[in-house]
Amino acid sequence: MGSATAAESQSSGQQEVLELDRVTIRFAGDSGDGMQLAGTQFTKTSAVLGNDISTFPDIPAEIRAPQGSLPGVSGFQVSFSSQDIYTPGDQPDVLVAMNPAALKTNIMDLPRGGLLVVNEDEFNDTNLKKAAYAANPLDDGSLQPYRLYRVPISTLNNRALKDSGLTAVQMDRCKNMFALGLMFWMYSRPLETTLHWIEEKFGKNRDVAEANKTALKAGYYFGETTEAFATHYHVPKAKLKPGLYRNITGNEAAALGFITASKLAGRPLFYGSYPITPASDVLHELARFKRFGVKTFQAEDEIAAIGAAIGASFGGSLGLTGTSGPGLALKSEAIGLAVMVELPLVIMNVQRAGPSTGMPTKTEQADLLQAMFGRNGESPVAIVAPATASDCFNMAVEAWRIAIKYRTPVIFLSDGYLGMGSEPWLVPDTNALPRIDPDFATDAETFQPYARNPETLARPWAIPGTPGLEHRIGGLEKADITGNVSYDPANHDKMVRLRAEKIERVAQDIPDVIVEGDQSGGLLVLGWGSTYGVITTAVQRARAEGKKVSAAHFRHLNPLPPNLGDVLARYDKVLMPEINLGQMRMLLRAKFLVDIQGLNKVNGRPFTIAEVENKISEMVG
Amino acid sequence: MVTAQRNASEIPVLTRKDFVTDQEVRWCPGCGDYSILAQTQKVMPDLGVAKENIVFISGIGCSSRLPYYMNTFGFHSIHGRAPTIASGLKASRPELSVWVVTGDGDALSIGGNHILHVLRRNMDIQIILHNNEIYGLTKGQYSPTSELGKRTKSSPYGTIDAPLHPLSVAIGAEATFVARALDTDAQLMVQCLERAHKHRGTSFVEVYQNCNIFNDGAFKDFAAKEVRSDRTIVLEHGKPMIFGKEREKGLRFNGMRIEVVEIGVDGVTESDLLVHDEERDDPTVAFLLSRMEWPEYPVPMGVFRAVKRPTYDGLMAKQLEEVIAAEGEGELSEIFLEGDTWTVEAE
Repeated sequence: MGSATAAESQSSGQQEVLELDRVTIRFAGDSGDGMQLAGTQFTKTSAVLGNDISTFPDIPAEIRAPQGSLPGVSGFQVSFSSQDIYTPGDQPDVLVAMNPAALKTNIMDLPRGGLLVVNEDEFNDTNLKKAAYAANPLDDGSLQPYRLYRVPISTLNNRALKDSGLTAVQMDRCKNMFALGLMFWMYSRPLETTLHWIEEKFGKNRDVAEANKTALKAGYYFGETTEAFATHYHVPKAKLKPGLYRNITGNEAAALGFITASKLAGRPLFYGSYPITPASDVLHELARFKRFGVKTFQAEDEIAAIGAAIGASFGGSLGLTGTSGPGLALKSEAIGLAVMVELPLVIMNVQRAGPSTGMPTKTEQADLLQAMFGRNGESPVAIVAPATASDCFNMAVEAWRIAIKYRTPVIFLSDGYLGMGSEPWLVPDTNALPRIDPDFATDAETFQPYARNPETLARPWAIPGTPGLEHRIGGLEKADITGNVSYDPANHDKMVRLRAEKIERVAQDIPDVIVEGDQSGGLLVLGWGSTYGVITTAVQRARAEGKKVSAAHFRHLNPLPPNLGDVLARYDKVLMPEINLGQMRMLLRAKFLVDIQGLNKVNGRPFTIAEVENKISEMVG
Repeated sequence: MVTAQRNASEIPVLTRKDFVTDQEVRWCPGCGDYSILAQTQKVMPDLGVAKENIVFISGIGCSSRLPYYMNTFGFHSIHGRAPTIASGLKASRPELSVWVVTGDGDALSIGGNHILHVLRRNMDIQIILHNNEIYGLTKGQYSPTSELGKRTKSSPYGTIDAPLHPLSVAIGAEATFVARALDTDAQLMVQCLERAHKHRGTSFVEVYQNCNIFNDGAFKDFAAKEVRSDRTIVLEHGKPMIFGKEREKGLRFNGMRIEVVEIGVDGVTESDLLVHDEERDDPTVAFLLSRMEWPEYPVPMGVFRAVKRPTYDGLMAKQLEEVIAAEGEGELSEIFLEGDTWTVEAE
């Protein structure tokens, strides 16, 4: 089955239990069918069971697309494994299709021989027409390459709920639980986690709670008692690093990281934001955490959001703003202001497919050059990029550490795949994290607004309310030391170079890039951001086949890790997969004069492991 | 600690000079901005606020240079965005006295959106709009308050867009304090600035400011000393609306309209006149006053509207306090472990 290998098989009653090391399931249905919920519950149960997991939701752009239509299909893919895994899987081993539209939009990803479970009740003339099927695919032989299971999910679900006291519509809403129950049986998962969740979620609404439980159990028992399924499967626990875990999405991890930075610095967090997909979750998360002193400001637009964040930073808070590509464009001028006034500021950009409005729910890495250069004048900022969903926590803290120490805007460059995807997170010990010293200026005798720390070139953070430090800042060029307005040519030249040098000096605090594999020779596959998972997996597989391939990933994009140039020079060939047309590759080629090859795609989706593996094979044979 | 406020008794006695910086003032000689700066510096020592707790924030334009000349904390930001920076500062540091200095282009053209929203939120800040009905810094293009048909460098055949009435915009945007002053009337300006500071919520003060280079005499028809008492009316809370050299004229309602009447003519007495009520919650009368223009009407000056409404920064702080009182201060370990957790044991 796909990437899984049959490790052992044993008999359990009349049904066979087959042990697998990895399975990927995709739940697909109408956006009203509760597929995100089914997927999330399957993920939780698998995580609690001790599998390593990775997920990726595929959410339609339209909030309420017509029922049964192709644009209305919503999907959730979860991969669970007994090994460490880094991606939600290239292709599903199992596709659960709740209607013809879900089948049509997802079947191309299911490999031949894959398991296909369909809700056959929904394959009626109306729905087939909405999905633009001329003939019923269940009957015309087109699904012959797959192991097709036709399950009358709606009928079985409604029959199980006939005494529930619910309306027909309410009963129908439970069918995702039936499908989930069936998958729980098929992969030997216990029902407890989901039963507990149902109780918490619907506890007050007894009829609904009981109906969901009944539907879940009915799906499970259907698998157990029917003879339709010859086999069910077992995926043993993964050998993860010991510790306490939870499942977390990148956006949740980022929110927690920002709050943690606020605690570490002992200064309140202020989040100015305008709702935008796929970054809004961070606003929702932070709005919940008022008891941490977090102030969230839903601004009138993207510019107001960053303006308010700059104002908060001026006042000594951790001024944060978050957005996605088009919003970053709108914030450009204000980022330039923050460069000029040299205040700590973090700008989170959860990248989506562009240009313009692009594809808001789809992922891309194509805002890199915008983050690097998308402002007027010489306007350098520090940029960090998390590698995985849980790494969003680490890099959120790191962004603040740099912003405060160097008094500079820092762009936190996440993407939709990281933001919405989830994986287990080894919960950190906050006592082990180093404090961040805001180091406010207080001495009126020696204060000069643009005097600099000789090591970091940071200027003083002198906040209102400090007697004797009254001073004026602004977007006009500043005189060195005094910060007064200056049009002096030599001063401007000096200040432009000082601001650039300050960002370069951030490299003092950046760890070296670490190579996994050989330390020189052969092919180096280099990545940044969310390509970490696929690159790591593809390189591990290529090395298992004896290929001379190594992997390196960097999370500081500006400035770059200090040893990166040396590392690049040690390999015969360098490959850089990016979900853009080669933006980082262009920067590295210009900076290091190394002939890096690109693997690029921009279809709104992350790379598959196979795509990277194929390119490796092409380059090293 | 830096955020601690000094008590009024601890604040040293300051004078206007304490609020003057060492920076050379660079407005054109004769500009109305000099007077606004002088009155602003003059009211500062009497506010009862420590100098270090006062912040002036501006956008771009001639008026927006003002923070450089105020010896307080200051932030000369980018075009139109001063209200956003002021909002973030005030929301995060409610104890500060935050002033926004802006112009007709800065506030009503490029920054129009922010003006609407800062007013509806009722952020507790003061906004001083220097309205000269022209773009001065860019050397003489028409502004969103220039009169229809105005000939400027960018409208040699006359403008074709209708002007905004800044105070009508403010009232429409739910402003809780709206006032108008004149650059050449120092006394009234000081009163307006003091009242603006005292008001809890966004205070919006429009100052008619003469640009003697690009729009000289824009207000002289009604603002010149010799005609001012006949062509303007100073609004006073609780008093009948009377104006004129001899205080012989007044305003009254005629149906839905305000009309000018002469006291003693056609049996009109003071008791027929409109009585100014700046605290009236309904904004209708304030709005009608904001539409009054010379020569049909005397131009109203002073405080149009001053109503009570909770401030955004106040509500934000209150919400935080209430949540912390109810749920306790947050512990990271507790939110780290939200949802289902599991332990992986060492082998």
